[in-house]
Amino acid sequence: MTGYIIRRLLQAIIVVLGVMLFVFVIYHLEPAYIMARAIVGPRASPAQIQAVIQANAFNKPFYDQFWRELQNYATLNFGHSYQRNAPVSTLIAENLPRTGLLVGTATVFALLIAIPLGVFQTVRRNKPSDYVLTSLAFIFYSMPPYVLGPVLVIYLAIKVHVFTPIVPTNYSVAQLATDWRAMTLPVLTLAAVTVASFSRYMRSSMMDALTEDYVRTARAKGAGRGRVLFRHAFRNALIPIVTLLGLSLPNIAGGAVLTETVFNYPGMGYLTTTAAEQFDLALVLGTTVVFAILVVVGNLLADILYAVLDPRIRYAK
Amino acid sequence: MPSDPGPVSGGGEGIVPWASPMIGAPPPSLKPGGPADAPFVAAPDAAGGVLPPPGDAASAIPAGGEARHTGSIYRLIFRVFLENKLAVLGLALVILMVLFCFVGPLLYHAQVFSATYNIELPPGAGHPLGTDGNGVDVLGELMVAGQNSLEVGLVAAALATSIGVIWGAIAGFFGGVIDAVMMRIVDVLLSVPILVLLIVLAVIYSPGKWTICLIIGFVAWQVPSRLVRGETLSLRTREYVQAVRVMGGGGRRIVLRHIIPNAIGTIIVNATFQVADAILFLAALGFLGLGLHFPQSDWGSMLSGGSTYMEVGAWWLIIPAGSCIVIVVVAFNFIGDALRDSLEVRLQQR
Repeated sequence: MTGYIIRRLLQAIIVVLGVMLFVFVIYHLEPAYIMARAIVGPRASPAQIQAVIQANAFNKPFYDQFWRELQNYATLNFGHSYQRNAPVSTLIAENLPRTGLLVGTATVFALLIAIPLGVFQTVRRNKPSDYVLTSLAFIFYSMPPYVLGPVLVIYLAIKVHVFTPIVPTNYSVAQLATDWRAMTLPVLTLAAVTVASFSRYMRSSMMDALTEDYVRTARAKGAGRGRVLFRHAFRNALIPIVTLLGLSLPNIAGGAVLTETVFNYPGMGYLTTTAAEQFDLALVLGTTVVFAILVVVGNLLADILYAVLDPRIRYAK
Repeated sequence: MPSDPGPVSGGGEGIVPWASPMIGAPPPSLKPGGPADAPFVAAPDAAGGVLPPPGDAASAIPAGGEARHTGSIYRLIFRVFLENKLAVLGLALVILMVLFCFVGPLLYHAQVFSATYNIELPPGAGHPLGTDGNGVDVLGELMVAGQNSLEVGLVAAALATSIGVIWGAIAGFFGGVIDAVMMRIVDVLLSVPILVLLIVLAVIYSPGKWTICLIIGFVAWQVPSRLVRGETLSLRTREYVQAVRVMGGGGRRIVLRHIIPNAIGTIIVNATFQVADAILFLAALGFLGLGLHFPQSDWGSMLSGGSTYMEVGAWWLIIPAGSCIVIVVVAFNFIGDALRDSLEVRLQQR
């Protein structure tokens, strides 16, 4: 197990380095003066642009720049965002917890709904209620946040004043966590897709578990319907869900980017989108790397949890 | 108990969750009996859908009879497809939307240029779905924007699938170091949220219609590449591939003429979901204001314009465009699901 974790950690580091390299290459395909102008602004004189190019070493060879960037990152110096005039690390530290709150709440909420729903559909399989729920899952599954979000805003915040339509951008995590009127719609919007997909996963995972030998054995020994369903099938059906959760992290993060844009929610997604639009290289690189690290770590945790939950799993070597 | 077709599948800004468990090296315990694990088309393909058990089939079919077999499997897919009500519904919805977008403008002449008093009108006489913030008729806009959404969706999906198929087939066929390096690259790309990559690329290249297809194709090919690599790993040990080798066929011939045609089931299923994904990607870019440039438009850009007016409750700027996106995506997901059922589950019983 320790060997496995070490190998996975090495892999994770390679993945994060690869992501950095990728974003770096894309941005450095642009000529140096464009990158400099993105920092000092369109009305800078040629001399000022030259100065910025010198200061940021944009005229150095590519590998040289990348190496410098790596050294900076190794010392947790993520650079400076000129557009916002703040260190990238500060910006990330401000916004990451808010995104964490949104994604965490939405995911927990989604699982609390999706898992019972999946079990319910298994019990009622191929009955009308199953078909209705399946159709709903299909529809919500295909409904991106930028469709669901505005619809919810129009009907629940504008026509009926139950919730606030957008989230105040200066809110701290504590303020967000206590203001349910502001948080409900973003959480619902982000959770919808997860509910749709995980109720389906849970349904098919339960159906698979019910075909296992141990379920037949339990039935043969006279275990009741409820006991077979919850003590035997349900607990085993949950195991793949953990892995699927790890694997769908990039998509949940993508959903968070869109949801944050719909509601002006002050988080990492909003930060990334605006940084990309302003050609703020340091900030884009920083946020993308943070996203990559989170996803990789999430996957790693899911894999480890998976081994903990299921004693049959033994990782080789 | 009949095996469940598997979790809901398909698009959703790169959600593709159904693919996740199948791609790459699946975590160990998804293997036993997981829905995603069906060993898959190779068997029905080799059997040409005619001979029942794959075991006999592999030995019974001579290596030369490929054209006939591909023909018959397409017929079989078609027949199984028509038996599936959801698939027919999906196909009907797609045809309906194509007619709406491409034939609609011939029948419905929207008054595109309009005076300021026409701005943001609710649905009513003359404008069945109202007008937007620029005074453009929403119904007419919906049709024209839909052309872009559908075209970009199809082209980008074709591109992503082609890149992925070639990448995966090469990695799987050569194996070893080449495979390891190529698949690590896929891993790297899969662990960035695709949307973030898309945003970065779209900002830098400030794309037009066809560049956007390239960009979407470029960020979305990893899932098909993993699927095809997996297929290739199992196909390359088949007798007919060995036979080609013995007869002196080179790597390119084996990959292009033998491995890819035999993995075509996986490829088609995934391509269908790719279309749904690509439409959602374009819509997401459009919504973020990074999509097609004015006066070009797509359903996502319409939503972007509409969400500026959501505070005044202008539902007609959100719901029509949103419904178009959802209908098309649901339709392609239905089709993809049905194709997967027909290729993976039903054919195996024959």
